[in-house]
Amino acid sequence: MSNQSSPKKHLMKGNEAIAEAAIRSGCKCFFGYPITPQTEISAYMAKRMPKVGGVYLQAESEIAAINMVYGCAGSGVRCMTSSSSPGIALKAEGISYIAGSDLPCVIINVQRGGPGLGGIQPSQSDYWFMTRALGHGDFHALVFAPASVQEMVDTVCDAFDLADKYRMPAVILADGLLGQMMEPVHFPEDYDFNKNTEKPWAANGHGNKRKHNIINSLFLQPDVLEDENFKRFKRYEIVKKNETKAEIDIEEDTELLVVAYGSVARIAKAAVDMARKNGIKAGLFRPITLWPYPEKELQKAAEKVKKVLVVEMSMGQMVEDVRISLKSRIPIEFHGRTGGIVPTPAEVFEKLKEMDGDDNA
Amino acid sequence: MIMPSYTIPKALCDVPTHYCPGCTHGIIHKLIAEVIDEMGIEGETIGICPVGCSVMAYDYFACDMMEAAHGRAPAVATGIKRGNPDKFVFTYQGDGDLAAIGTAETVHAATRGENITVIFVNNATYGMTGGQMAPTTLPGQITQTTPYGRNTDIEGFPVKICEILSQIDGVALAQRVTVIDPNTIKTAKAAIRKGFEYQKNKQGFSLIEVLSTCPTNWGLSPVESLNWVKEKMIPYYPLGVFKEGAIR
Repeated sequence: MSNQSSPKKHLMKGNEAIAEAAIRSGCKCFFGYPITPQTEISAYMAKRMPKVGGVYLQAESEIAAINMVYGCAGSGVRCMTSSSSPGIALKAEGISYIAGSDLPCVIINVQRGGPGLGGIQPSQSDYWFMTRALGHGDFHALVFAPASVQEMVDTVCDAFDLADKYRMPAVILADGLLGQMMEPVHFPEDYDFNKNTEKPWAANGHGNKRKHNIINSLFLQPDVLEDENFKRFKRYEIVKKNETKAEIDIEEDTELLVVAYGSVARIAKAAVDMARKNGIKAGLFRPITLWPYPEKELQKAAEKVKKVLVVEMSMGQMVEDVRISLKSRIPIEFHGRTGGIVPTPAEVFEKLKEMDGDDNA
Repeated sequence: MIMPSYTIPKALCDVPTHYCPGCTHGIIHKLIAEVIDEMGIEGETIGICPVGCSVMAYDYFACDMMEAAHGRAPAVATGIKRGNPDKFVFTYQGDGDLAAIGTAETVHAATRGENITVIFVNNATYGMTGGQMAPTTLPGQITQTTPYGRNTDIEGFPVKICEILSQIDGVALAQRVTVIDPNTIKTAKAAIRKGFEYQKNKQGFSLIEVLSTCPTNWGLSPVESLNWVKEKMIPYYPLGVFKEGAIR
């Protein structure tokens, strides 16, 4: 990589673009453990980090890697780890501690099929895991769902800033397809490691200038722990209010609204275009943040539509957020492929034709 | 003759601790704090607490502190140290934390030669949860989960951490000490100081294993507990230096 910033474009794999974007976002330390299909992130970091004065370290396990992130983040340093579905499951304990200690960090999940060892092909079956239960206890992480290599870069940059701003972990939820695909991207200006925001709470040595800082998620008194959780959820309300993001592609007369995220949104877009050419009034709603979910944006986009189709590479997980958002006011159908099978635009188009036909019958 | 007065080290907070009467955690805390004071490094030090009896040590040390998940302290320490290579980082861990659930983190921090200092408090039991079998529980030792005594045919053998670490190239210091009388306390303090010195000079991973007492869960008086260390633990866990020397 050259040090030139935009508008110069680079042709890169999604995984490599994530790594470069992290470095340019001031990620000083990366702790990883190999797992397909995200290994290019580690390989890129191993090559680049020593050149820019950063740290690349291969941990002995995903558990160790996330705990290295916990320590590093607790000392006030921007840091990141990446893995794929089964590896993220191993990180769940550490992520809970990170959230419970109000620490910022970025976690990349390049999803593969599950459950268990599953497969190594693309999947979106970690939606519930990322948005509902990323670890034990009451907490959330910011969850971004990029749909292109460029958006992987953009969301990584946002993730670091917002994680710092709200003192919470941020997840980039990609999949094997996005991780492996190559597209032209441009990067923001190089980041100065020392320019990171002030972190007066960090445990990085008090220098005999202040009382000791304690990074901790243990609160044995129930009222104190409850208060900690109340405070955290007040912060989440602000996040929900300010940080939702979605791309909306609808027209005045859209009748069928497709909801999809990540790589599947690209496939859904192709299907919507096919439908429009065939006289079907279809549109697309693509959430970019999965937590917080762009509920209001979806409600507005669905105001005039007759039916909604949710497409996912899972047995149907995000569809629940669509039902919650729209309060099942209009029919919501689901089309999903799983196990590493990527749906084709043609099959989504067929589904749209079917739904349109039902309507006109 | 002027008698030296008893002082509390600056690196220890002047607060009551939750430790049981007769437990040697207090002595070990004090030795670490004295070393930090003598080296003048409190402002540059970050300590990491384990899950176990010393889980709340973050309230007792005056330096910056972090609480780690069970067994993960060496990984947490690695994260801090790699991000802040000029700061001092130590972990304070018990036997269940370090030698059972955290074995991988211990061994791999050692293999990497992380410039950290690990204080390993071995009292042959899980104290905080009420005295269950630890990886270091002696053969025949009665605990809540070995009510008929640890049967090595069923529960296997105790883990000897210093002996294991002595095989690892990244280790600058692996030393076993105890704190049962003034002489052993002096040796223990010197070992802890050595550990911090290796760290200061970026010379590799150091672990000081301290044979400690648990009068509450052993069902012994504090004095009987000190004798138990001497008569039962030391024969199985011999004191001494198992590996020493700068690795870089």
